[in-house]
Amino acid sequence: MATRAVETTAVEVVDLAETPLRELNQRLHDLTAAPGPRLWRVLNPNGAHAIAAGVDAEVEVEIEGHVGYYCAGMNKLATVHVHGNAGPGLAENMMSGAVVVDGNASQSAGATGHGGVLVIHGDASARCGISMKGIDIVVRGSVGHMSGFMAQRGRLLVCGGTGEALGDSIYEARLYVRGEVAGLGADCVEKEVRDEHLAEIRELLEHAGIEDVQPAEFRRYGSERRLYNFHVDNAY
Amino acid sequence: MCGIVGLFAKSAEMEESLGEHLAAMLAQMNDRGPDSAGVAIYRDPAPSGSSKLTLFSPAPLQDWEALAAELRKAFGGSPEASVRSSHAVVVVEAEAPEAESWIREVHPELRVMSAGQSIEIYKETGRPEDFIRQFALTDFHGTHALGHTRMATESRVTTAGSHPFSTGLDVCLVHNGSLSNHNRLRERLRREGIEFETENDTEVAAGYVAWRLREGASLEQALEGCLEDLDGFYTFLVGTADGFAVLRDPIACKPAVLAETEDWVAMGSEWRAISVLPGAADARAWEPAPGVVYAWERQKV
Repeated sequence: MATRAVETTAVEVVDLAETPLRELNQRLHDLTAAPGPRLWRVLNPNGAHAIAAGVDAEVEVEIEGHVGYYCAGMNKLATVHVHGNAGPGLAENMMSGAVVVDGNASQSAGATGHGGVLVIHGDASARCGISMKGIDIVVRGSVGHMSGFMAQRGRLLVCGGTGEALGDSIYEARLYVRGEVAGLGADCVEKEVRDEHLAEIRELLEHAGIEDVQPAEFRRYGSERRLYNFHVDNAY
Repeated sequence: MCGIVGLFAKSAEMEESLGEHLAAMLAQMNDRGPDSAGVAIYRDPAPSGSSKLTLFSPAPLQDWEALAAELRKAFGGSPEASVRSSHAVVVVEAEAPEAESWIREVHPELRVMSAGQSIEIYKETGRPEDFIRQFALTDFHGTHALGHTRMATESRVTTAGSHPFSTGLDVCLVHNGSLSNHNRLRERLRREGIEFETENDTEVAAGYVAWRLREGASLEQALEGCLEDLDGFYTFLVGTADGFAVLRDPIACKPAVLAETEDWVAMGSEWRAISVLPGAADARAWEPAPGVVYAWERQKV
């Protein structure tokens, strides 16, 4: 089992201009088995790949700059905050915890995520939340085409608009969009927003710290359940 | 996978150190394309009535001085060969098509890498980091430049199959992706008089853009035509005498990042490539939308 112990409140600073990326990630991975610093600050990420991927410990990692592919992939328990933009595959297959990006995220943000919360304060590009399996994704800006493709579970909330083919071949994930939807994918339809949906929109906005947007401004989209073998047991 | 970089100078300081920055960008894309590397650099335009050629010789002991003497005899003036590794740049007192056909006729063993007023293309097989040293990339100045690191998929790893590809005067193209309708399009373009030297898919895209420009299209129009006529995956970076333009296929299969400051505009397959530029941390950075042409051009005089 993962060790959740916290030894110190001091911030561990790792400068990737001096420290190899593998050393940083290894030190973060080591926290699963042995207690260590809880607060981490990563300097000079300069678009490097897989920064803080595979962390499985209750730590907070602040990354000061832009990151490349697969940042915070497979994240479990940790809170990873990117003070910049993120490349493709951000928080891919996240299990739990939180990932926050101040800027934009490239393709496939939150792809296949099982749990946790991903907050993108800028825009996300194509295929945001593709095949999501329980993750919650909040995007302050817009998302690109094919977002929510084959999404199975979880919630994708977009304060801006979406690209073409939103929710194509979607299963039981719930999609909330405030802006314009360029087009819906196969088997994705607009659905009624009921009180329980307003409540969860409010919860997601609160979680993301977004205060200038009202839950009533969102529309809900989901599966028409004609494309896959629907069983009532799958619904939630 | 391949790596693309582009750099457009907006200040005199940037023009002066263009090669140094281009080299740093290309080095970042080393592991996206370890098979070969190449650059197109736009600089020192040949005077009107003259043209500039970049020539490649597979012979390690090519006598470029003798070639320069032959060019003097054939066209007059005082052309000199500026040699870098297996390539040499010559400024000939003739229009580019004339100079180019002379080379093809008299020296069929040489390959014309580029022709025009200001373009120079250097490309070679091997690792990009070696290419940077071999061609002393850091020495270059210039107004704008494109670079490519190749991981070959569609055709052989050869110097000729490396990017950038140029099939028109001062025009070149680098590509990350693969095209599926290049054979048929190549035949169509051949009938239009566009010449091809390889079986490479990217050369067809370069030929297509050159053909559209020849027919009077603007750079933007030529690239918008790609959306209709090319089938496949691509992020293109196209260079002309005045600037460069970026286009991604409509479903955005291949990555691209753009960034701009007061001093430069840069394009890279990844942020890594741009992060090495001065002032990158404060640059305006964004991902180009699929199917949209982004172009920068110097004011035409």
